[in-house]
Amino acid sequence: MYTQALNTSEGDDRHIEDAARAAQFQARIDADERIEPNDWMPAAYRKTLTRQISQHAHSEIVGMLPEGNWITRAPSLRRKAALLAKVQDECGHGLYLYAAAETLGSSREELVDLMLAGKAKYSSIFNYPTLTWADIGTIGWLVDGAAIMNQIPLCRCSYGPYARAMIRVCKEESFHQRQGFEIMLTLCRGTDEQKAMAQDALNRWWWPVLMMFGPPDQASQHSDTSTKWKIKRFSNDELRQKFVDATVPQAQFLGLTVPDPGMKQNEAGNWEYSAIDWVEFKQVLAGNGPCNRDRLAARRKAHEDGAWVREAAMAYAEKRRQRSALQAAE
Amino acid sequence: MATPNIPLWEVFIRSRNGLAHKHVGSLHATDATLALQAARDIYTRRGEGLSIWVVPSNAITASDPSEKGMMFEPAESKIYRHPTFYDVPEEVGHM
Repeated sequence: MYTQALNTSEGDDRHIEDAARAAQFQARIDADERIEPNDWMPAAYRKTLTRQISQHAHSEIVGMLPEGNWITRAPSLRRKAALLAKVQDECGHGLYLYAAAETLGSSREELVDLMLAGKAKYSSIFNYPTLTWADIGTIGWLVDGAAIMNQIPLCRCSYGPYARAMIRVCKEESFHQRQGFEIMLTLCRGTDEQKAMAQDALNRWWWPVLMMFGPPDQASQHSDTSTKWKIKRFSNDELRQKFVDATVPQAQFLGLTVPDPGMKQNEAGNWEYSAIDWVEFKQVLAGNGPCNRDRLAARRKAHEDGAWVREAAMAYAEKRRQRSALQAAE
Repeated sequence: MATPNIPLWEVFIRSRNGLAHKHVGSLHATDATLALQAARDIYTRRGEGLSIWVVPSNAITASDPSEKGMMFEPAESKIYRHPTFYDVPEEVGHM
C-alpha cells in the first residue's frame, strides 16, 4: 500500500540495445498495451520496475512494524481485530508485490536480502515512531490515504503484473483508511485529552505524510522516463496537491488543525501549503530518521528467527520427495 | 548468508459464482500442503473463493508471446465462426 518516490528510474536507456525493438516497445506503450513478463523490454525498464516494485514490497513489510507496535495495546477487542486484519493485509500486499517483482527475473530471496543488507530503500514514512494510539488512527487516515492516491494510477501502469497487484491492493486499501478515520473521529468526539492526542498525532505526521509523494517536480530528475514508459502517470506535486485538497476538509470535519499556519485556499479551490522541509526527507532516506535502525534490526531479527522454520520446511519437503521416489522404485 | 530459494506456485481460485478456477497470483512454499495454506491466507482473506488449486510454476507450459501472431492467426481470419456473420431478417425476431 505504500509507494513513495520509489518511482524514480535511472533514466538510463541511452545505450539503446536494439533500436528497432526499443521503438516497437515504445509503440506498444503508446498504444496503451500491457507489457507482460516474457515480452521483450529494455534493460532499463526492467531495472526501474524491479527496483520500484521491490521497494514498494519492502515498504509493505516494514510498514507492519509501526502498527504492529499497537496490536497488543489496542483499546478494545474490536479495534484489535481490525488492526490485526490491517497488518495482515500489509503482509499480503508485500507478498503480491514480491511476486510481481519476481516476474522480472530477480528472486524474492535476493530482493529481501538486499533490503536486509540496507541496500534497498523503503518508504521513509515508516521510520517515524507510533507514540500513541492516535498515531494508529493517523496512519490509517493519512498514510494509507496518501498511499491510495499514489496507487490508484498504478493500477493502469504499463507492466501487467504490477498493475494487477495494484488492483488487488487498492480494493483492500479503503478499509484501512476508513478504520483510521473512524479511530480519529472517536478520539475527536471524546474527552479533551483524547482530542488533544489526535491533534498531537496529526501535528507529528502531517509533514512526513506530504513527503511520501517524493521530491518536488523541479527537483526530481528521473520522472521523464517513467512517464514515457507509463509507469508513472501523475507527477509528485500533482498527487500531493490532490491529497491535500482531499484531506483538509476531512481534518476540518474532525475539528483538527492542520499544522501549517501558512496554508490557504486559492481561487481555484486548491489548498496551498507551505514549503516542505526536504532536508528532513533526505536525512530520513539516508538512514538518519528516528527509527531507521530499529526497523532494519526488527526485520533482520524476524528473518533470522524464522530461518530454522524455512530450513525445516525445506528438509521435510525433501524427505517426502525422496520417500515417494523410493516407493515408486519398489 | 543468502536466503535459499523456496519453490514458486501459481494459485487458482474458483469464486462462489460458479465460474471456472481463475489465476490470481503466485506464492512461495516448500510443498503442496503449505502452498494451499499460504494461498488461503494470502488470496482469500475476504471470501474470494470456495476452491483453491496450487500448481508448481515450473509445471506450466506457456505459449511464446513473441509468436502470438502465428499462434492465433488461424482464428482471426475466420469471421464466419461468429453469429453476427449471418444475416437473419428482422421479421424472424431474436435468434
